Amino acid sequence: MTVHTKGSGTTWVGRSIRRLEDPALVTGRGRFTADMPATHWVRFVRSGVAAGTIKNITAPEGASIVTAKDLAKLKPIRPMLSKFNYVAVGQPILADGVVRFTGESIAAVYAPSKDQAEDIADQIEVEISEGAPLIDAMDALAGDAPLVHADTKHNVIVEGRIATPGFEDVWKTAHKVLHVEARSHRQNATPMEARAGHAAYDGSTGRVTLTCTTQMPHLTRTAVCDILGIPESDLRVVAPDVGGGFGQKMSLAPEYVLLVWLARKLRSSVAWTEDRRENLIASFHSRDQHVQLEGAFDKSGKLLALRGDIVANIGAYSCFPTTCGVEPLMALAELPGPYDVRAYDCRSRGVMTNTCPMAPYRGVSRPVITFVLERLMDKAAAAFGIEPTELRRRNLIDKFPYTSATGLVFDDGSYKETMEMAIKAIDLDAFRKRQKTARDAGRYLGIGFATFSERTGYGSPAFAARGMEITPGFETVYLTIDPSGFVEARIGSSPHGQGLRTSLAQIIADEIGIDPEFIKVVHGDTDRSPYGWGTFASRSLVLSGGASLLAAQKIRAKLLKMASHFLEAAPEDITLQSGSAHVIGTDRSVTIASMARAAYHQTHIFKGEIEPGLTETGTYDPSGTFSNACHVAIVEVDIETGRVEMEKFLVAEDAGLIINPMIADGQVHGGVAQGIGNALLEEIIYDETGNILTSTLADFLPPTTREIPEIELHHVETLTGNSITKAKGLGEGGAIGAPAAVISAINDALSPFGISIDEMPATPQRIRAALRSSGKLPSNGKTA
Amino acid sequence: MKPAPFTRHVPRTVDEVVSALAEFAPLDGRILAGGQSLVPIMAFRMARPAHLIDINEVEGLDRLAVDGDYLSIGARVRHGAFHKPVIDGPLGKLLAFVVSHIAHYPIRMRGTFCGSLAHADPASEWCLVAATLDAQLVVKSVRGERIVPVTDFLEGIMSTSLAEDEFLAEARLPLLPDDTKFGFYEFSRRAGDFAMSAALVTYRLVDGVIADAHVGIGGAEDRARRITEAEDVLNGQAPSPELFVAAGEAAANAIEPLEDIQTTAEYRCDLVRAVTRRALERSLQ
Ligand SMILES: Cc1cc2nc3c(=O)[nH]c(=O)nc-3n(C[C@H](O)[C@H](O)[C@H](O)COP(=O)(O)OP(=O)(O)OC[C@H]3O[C@@H](n4cnc5c(N)ncnc54)[C@H](O)[C@@H]3O)c2cc1C
Repeated sequence: MTVHTKGSGTTWVGRSIRRLEDPALVTGRGRFTADMPATHWVRFVRSGVAAGTIKNITAPEGASIVTAKDLAKLKPIRPMLSKFNYVAVGQPILADGVVRFTGESIAAVYAPSKDQAEDIADQIEVEISEGAPLIDAMDALAGDAPLVHADTKHNVIVEGRIATPGFEDVWKTAHKVLHVEARSHRQNATPMEARAGHAAYDGSTGRVTLTCTTQMPHLTRTAVCDILGIPESDLRVVAPDVGGGFGQKMSLAPEYVLLVWLARKLRSSVAWTEDRRENLIASFHSRDQHVQLEGAFDKSGKLLALRGDIVANIGAYSCFPTTCGVEPLMALAELPGPYDVRAYDCRSRGVMTNTCPMAPYRGVSRPVITFVLERLMDKAAAAFGIEPTELRRRNLIDKFPYTSATGLVFDDGSYKETMEMAIKAIDLDAFRKRQKTARDAGRYLGIGFATFSERTGYGSPAFAARGMEITPGFETVYLTIDPSGFVEARIGSSPHGQGLRTSLAQIIADEIGIDPEFIKVVHGDTDRSPYGWGTFASRSLVLSGGASLLAAQKIRAKLLKMASHFLEAAPEDITLQSGSAHVIGTDRSVTIASMARAAYHQTHIFKGEIEPGLTETGTYDPSGTFSNACHVAIVEVDIETGRVEMEKFLVAEDAGLIINPMIADGQVHGGVAQGIGNALLEEIIYDETGNILTSTLADFLPPTTREIPEIELHHVETLTGNSITKAKGLGEGGAIGAPAAVISAINDALSPFGISIDEMPATPQRIRAALRSSGKLPSNGKTA
Repeated sequence: MKPAPFTRHVPRTVDEVVSALAEFAPLDGRILAGGQSLVPIMAFRMARPAHLIDINEVEGLDRLAVDGDYLSIGARVRHGAFHKPVIDGPLGKLLAFVVSHIAHYPIRMRGTFCGSLAHADPASEWCLVAATLDAQLVVKSVRGERIVPVTDFLEGIMSTSLAEDEFLAEARLPLLPDDTKFGFYEFSRRAGDFAMSAALVTYRLVDGVIADAHVGIGGAEDRARRITEAEDVLNGQAPSPELFVAAGEAAANAIEPLEDIQTTAEYRCDLVRAVTRRALERSLQ
């Protein structure tokens, strides 16, 4: 393992330079979809019931309304998997006779203003004959359950199983077997900006420009054009500034298809801005899973075998492009986490219900499986009478590359090192003493550790394992120095808050000797950027960063060749720095700007030895790399009310070479805050009729700054051969580890009561109910 | 997310308010005060008033002053007015302590004390203050003025005894004797959220024993109210941890708890027990 020491001061990489994207955003000059003027405004009429048949739609006189019958020529959204017993189901753009979840669009009305559209939509009467809705995945599994899609044989839409040979033989040798039955409730990613779309028809070319809040502009273009049956050259998709996505904006919104269709029909511009209620009930949900997990341990506390059963509630439809396999199949492949376990037997199913469709949400299943696996490890530690960290020490992988029981190849990492670093930084021994003193005084403090891996930056080989019809992978970067000497990097990724413009500029700057402020990164416009997959799965820095580096290396080679011509020196004697090429050890130099001029306007001087222009392409499609981290939470549980107070959070993480430490820290902070919300507060609740009770931010509770404690960060930088920039991804890690650490800390605090909180969010009601059931509560509620 | 169409009326005097109410209340008209409860529910179209009588420009309604033995709070006095003690003595301190639990700063700069009472959310801190301190409410209409004790005013979840054409012009809180002790404790999911239970207690210590105990509970039942069972436990006794536990127990036993899909009656009683005891503990700090 090599550890890189940064701060040599000579490179842009490794420095916390200020984000190049921020001046516009913090001075109100950001450009968001909802700010755009339009001729027509759309309002969707959404189903007020979860399951039923549409009998009649009545619109007031003169209302402009679109219903499914107007869209008969459009194909449904129907993503495909070729494996895992996947059952393809179609999602119509507007409900076609049947409604399958509360909030599904039944009609679209349009009017000259947003307000008028809303008032008209209010007057549309929809008569629905209600059916019996399925809300919980367990109910949908029952043999006699009604079918969410009548053309399927059962509600299981995807099912995977991995069983290693000889599993039962290993299982039999177990010294102890521990069991966890866990429940992760449904959540919404709640980006600050809800969804919005704007489609404008251009009369002269017949093209439509769709501006929308997407994480994947090119895939949106492909999907919309496939559904409408038009060439991709007739549609331009633009993602302007996007206020967070967290996965919710990576799946195709049917609403965008409607907008493009309507703009073409009206030959005009049409827009839609989602309100928060729509976002909470009808965008996409996530994390609704039931997980059963058993672990067999030998005498020394070594994990021998894992047996799991995962049921993911994927809602009423399958999201495009990943399909709803994304949650259950991620869980299936990654459940063993960072532990060395050779025997594995797990089944994972995605089940349809009459609920809002599931889409990826930061971490995708891993926040859930990490929480469940860490519960198992904590229970095992208790059973063996050792510190949870000691049990982990005996099981964490430490030889690389490590091929897991599910066939994943872990590159160099620092699973044990980050945990030891965290134990030291938090001072575990001192905490245990403080915990004891507090308990004697009737106060319940707890500490929780979560050690986990974060698979990042994976290209097409990894996605191919899922058998996706649309297999994400490569990224391409077009890098140009134009005649003015400025640099433009056009990328296929589509950042929406991550600071990628800055990080990529730092990578390119080191290679071509031009400062980041002269490097513009262009993204989010299918007319300007190369076909790419967008931003998700902690991939953009690794993939677009790698592609940027490859392109920059080519530019560098060309610049050296040109400089060699101008300076009459060998390329290996020339350096590129601060905008000039210098002959080492002399004062001879030439500016890169003047060479750029020459590359376009004085090409004759190179006598055909150097090709005209200064544009290079880099494409990168790596196998993937694993980041890792140890999260530590310290909490106090108020046993009288069940309330959890976060005292402190600590992260020791390793994402390889850190390009911009400030940006990396920001990613971790945000992820941890979301993870704390997932662990304690956020829950989408349906009543038994399928109505959502949490349709406002007064009921669905993201954390505020006052619920987030101080977060202390420590870094290890393991340099991997699996990423050419040596950087690993870290977009999701904060959210993956935090729920597990928080819930572990709650359980540690409550260990005197002999209960186990295996549900998230761990609300005060649930904690208090568990405490009551322990029968060990002191009568005055104060001291045990 | 915007309200259904409505007409806004902007009276300048109390007389104009009551005559506008007389005219428009039967046509589905309502008062608009700070708008911090009404506007959100209109945006969700859960309320669709056809007329709004906006009292924000009415002269004199921003009056906040001591009249004899009570504090008068006019219908335009915002929550934020109480951020600093409005008068010397325990009442000013009590109000300043409680106000920081209401929502967030921007909401407190618009929302009104009287609007909270008229809205009658069971979890409203001001309803709890009014109930605990035996507020008197000045209600006006074209038919005249009446003074209503808070127990006759709050009737249930978002329901009061205000007639359709009546408006709450002023709330009167009795001043508290200088030796009054008070304690407030609230339980909510996040900072600034509505209380899932809250307790406000006031009492005096006479010769070392509790006298004139007021124990108010909000957020737990369909309205905030005084819990005499808990007051009886306290009166005539010297403060002690055991006494406070007993008072919490008495309060938990006396309430008719609200339930919802997440919150059982049992849990609500647990909260009442805890918040009552903790409010009493705070009274000694
Ligand atoms: C995010 C958020 C959090 C909040 N948290 C809390 C909290 O923790 N605790 C809390 O107590 N409140 C909370 N509130 C509500 C806030 O305090 C409101 O300001 C208050 O409940 C109502 O006062 P208002 O002046 O805004 O009334 P409005 O919203 O204008 O009116 C509310 C209702 O009362 C009627 N009304 C108002 N004034 C009068 C009057 N003088 N006479 C007759 N009828 C009248 C109106 O017609 C309407 O029906 C919160 C609000 C928000 C948006």
